[in-house]
Amino acid sequence: MTLDKLKPGEKAVVVSIGGRGPVRRRLIDMGITPQAHVMIKRTAPFGDPLEVNVRGYALSMRKSEASQVTVERVDKYV
Amino acid sequence: MYRFALAGNPNCGKTTLFNQLTGSRAHVGNWPGVTVDRREGICHVGDTEVTVVDLPGIYSLSPYSEEEVVSRKYLLTEKPDLIINIIDATNFERNMYLTSQLTETGIPVIIALNMMDEIEAAGDKIDIPKLVKKLNTPVVPISAVKNRGVDELMEAAVKTAEDKGGNYFHSVLSDTPVIPIAADIRKITAKYGINISLFSAIKLLENDERIIDSLDLPKEARELIELVIHNSEEELDIEWEIYVADLRYRYIAELSAACIKRAHSPEELTVTDRIDMIVTNKYLAIPVFLGVMLLIFQITFGGFGSFLTDGMDRLVNSVAVEGLRGFLIKCNVADWAVGLVVDGIAAGVGMVLVYLPQILLLFTFLSILEDSGYMARAAFIMDRLLRNFGLSGKSFVPMLMGFGCTVPAVMAARTLENERDRRMTIILTPFMSCGARMPVYAVFAGAFFAAYRGPVVISLYLLGIAVALLSGIILKSTVLKGEAETFIMELPNYRFPSAKTIVLHVWERAKEFIVKAFTILLLASVVIWFLQSFSPALKYVDDNTQSIFAFMGRLLVPVFRPCGFGEWRACVALLTGFVAKEAVVSTLGILYGVGDASSTAAIAGALANGFTPLSAYSYLVFILLYMPCVVAFTTIHKEMNSWKWTFFAVAYQTAAAWLMSFIVFNVGSMLF
Repeated sequence: MTLDKLKPGEKAVVVSIGGRGPVRRRLIDMGITPQAHVMIKRTAPFGDPLEVNVRGYALSMRKSEASQVTVERVDKYV
Repeated sequence: MYRFALAGNPNCGKTTLFNQLTGSRAHVGNWPGVTVDRREGICHVGDTEVTVVDLPGIYSLSPYSEEEVVSRKYLLTEKPDLIINIIDATNFERNMYLTSQLTETGIPVIIALNMMDEIEAAGDKIDIPKLVKKLNTPVVPISAVKNRGVDELMEAAVKTAEDKGGNYFHSVLSDTPVIPIAADIRKITAKYGINISLFSAIKLLENDERIIDSLDLPKEARELIELVIHNSEEELDIEWEIYVADLRYRYIAELSAACIKRAHSPEELTVTDRIDMIVTNKYLAIPVFLGVMLLIFQITFGGFGSFLTDGMDRLVNSVAVEGLRGFLIKCNVADWAVGLVVDGIAAGVGMVLVYLPQILLLFTFLSILEDSGYMARAAFIMDRLLRNFGLSGKSFVPMLMGFGCTVPAVMAARTLENERDRRMTIILTPFMSCGARMPVYAVFAGAFFAAYRGPVVISLYLLGIAVALLSGIILKSTVLKGEAETFIMELPNYRFPSAKTIVLHVWERAKEFIVKAFTILLLASVVIWFLQSFSPALKYVDDNTQSIFAFMGRLLVPVFRPCGFGEWRACVALLTGFVAKEAVVSTLGILYGVGDASSTAAIAGALANGFTPLSAYSYLVFILLYMPCVVAFTTIHKEMNSWKWTFFAVAYQTAAAWLMSFIVFNVGSMLF
């Protein structure tokens, strides 16, 4: 499944990052790399973007960007 | 004499440290951004003088935003003696990612582990000696806000810089397949007579197009390198671009686990989480946002703001200007000279200085919003909405800053990675009414809408926003097709804004404003006085309707008659507004300010001869929207890096201004 499909409070581990170009590069630089733990914090009032916890900080991204990230749901955020 | 560069992520306390190091001695170009991309300041460590260069905050040395390009270019081509890498210890992993790249540049690096006060308060423990040993790089714990450890940091930095000739290439990738493959790439380029650094070789591996282009390798070499990259990817079953980043983060995660003991589990709620439960809450976010904006405008333009302005008015006009007049008359100075100095220069400059407190108040609020972390939340909340107008949530920050001054606001658009998004933001930001336009509104609102001053001024601000949004829709379906592309942005932890940072920031602005008042505006006042005192035949005239200015103004009158202000004084004032928007007030002050009339109230009275309330409002609409001042114009050119787009921007703005004031005047004429 992809990161944009997770609901607030759900946790997951990154499997792969799809797409090409600057958006992908930026996601990688911001710490969205394979095996990184992520947790969805909330969606913005108008339903987009998302707030994602990764590597101990809060990152926001749009659903369209989150849909490039394939994840696997897990129970714990570390 | 050394040059140290300050590098680090955004929000890591870089500016605070820079201010601690250089204090008010920081010289910030002549105007931020016109000639400089970075700030420099001097600090003394014992007998050693150190120039500290503050680079833009960046997350990586990948060249995907303009700020990263600026920082990387500075580090690689101008080679500072040392990099002070500031790390937010509360956000260790993401901050260390940049560090892992900085240590590969071959420039000595010293790590300033910042926010140690927060680490202690949270009960976290960091094993610094272990960190130093593992990284092979000096680490100094500091708290920039509390000014703790800063002296030790600078002493250690100077010591590191003095120790010449060491090997400063440290890579967290040392025991990985990256280094041997990078070495192979270097061998290939060396064969073609081009020696590249290991840093560049790693970037080639990561498919960094800018480095590839800058090296100017022959085609054969490129193909060989591509082959090496391709084969190794097949062999290792990896993709370098992601693998290199993955290795860095993996190393950092292990390092963090070995050296840092966090007192709280990452699932526990932090203070930031608790604040965000309200501030970015589904139902409360919008009311909170509107409340914050309303509060800022109410304080700035409501009772408190006008109280400050009135006080300043009395101080400047009744005390300073009239005092000067009395003094000059006592000294038997010729009448024309008294006229030039008092009614020309002093009245023109004073007219604008009156609004200094209000402008500073606005800057204080913007600075608090930025420092506290709320600005990023506002961008997060507004992104979805702004997309409808072809903008991104990230456009929100420059646009809000635009209420202070268009120049830094246009520069702030650099954080937008995508060129289309950046252009759109730069074109629309000047519609946000900057502080320099405020004196114009204030004088007119006082003269024509005394009972409704607040609502009239606020209506102009709202009109500016409305025109910007409408333009977004128009531009997004014409010259700037498509939607805003990305919104990948950090939401920093909330922090209590540091008083020192805010004071310094506001002081910098105050200084710019005062300097501008006494240089550009003073000069403009002299020129205006000259143009309105002499006829086209260069003869001194008592009646300014015979002056050069009147002649120029009359040429413009037909253009603006349809908008309701076809009066030569109003028209020439628009020309001086290009020098600085405040100059419109000075010009009108001089042109209408006959005889002793130098106080704002008297100017307001004189304006009533040239305008009706409706034409005054139409005039303000034009002032709000037409092309920004010359400094903003040059900044727009610099940031757009294209004459075509720069002219498009100002032509669009001026056309929009004419059209809107035409509509306001003509619809208004029908209604009233």
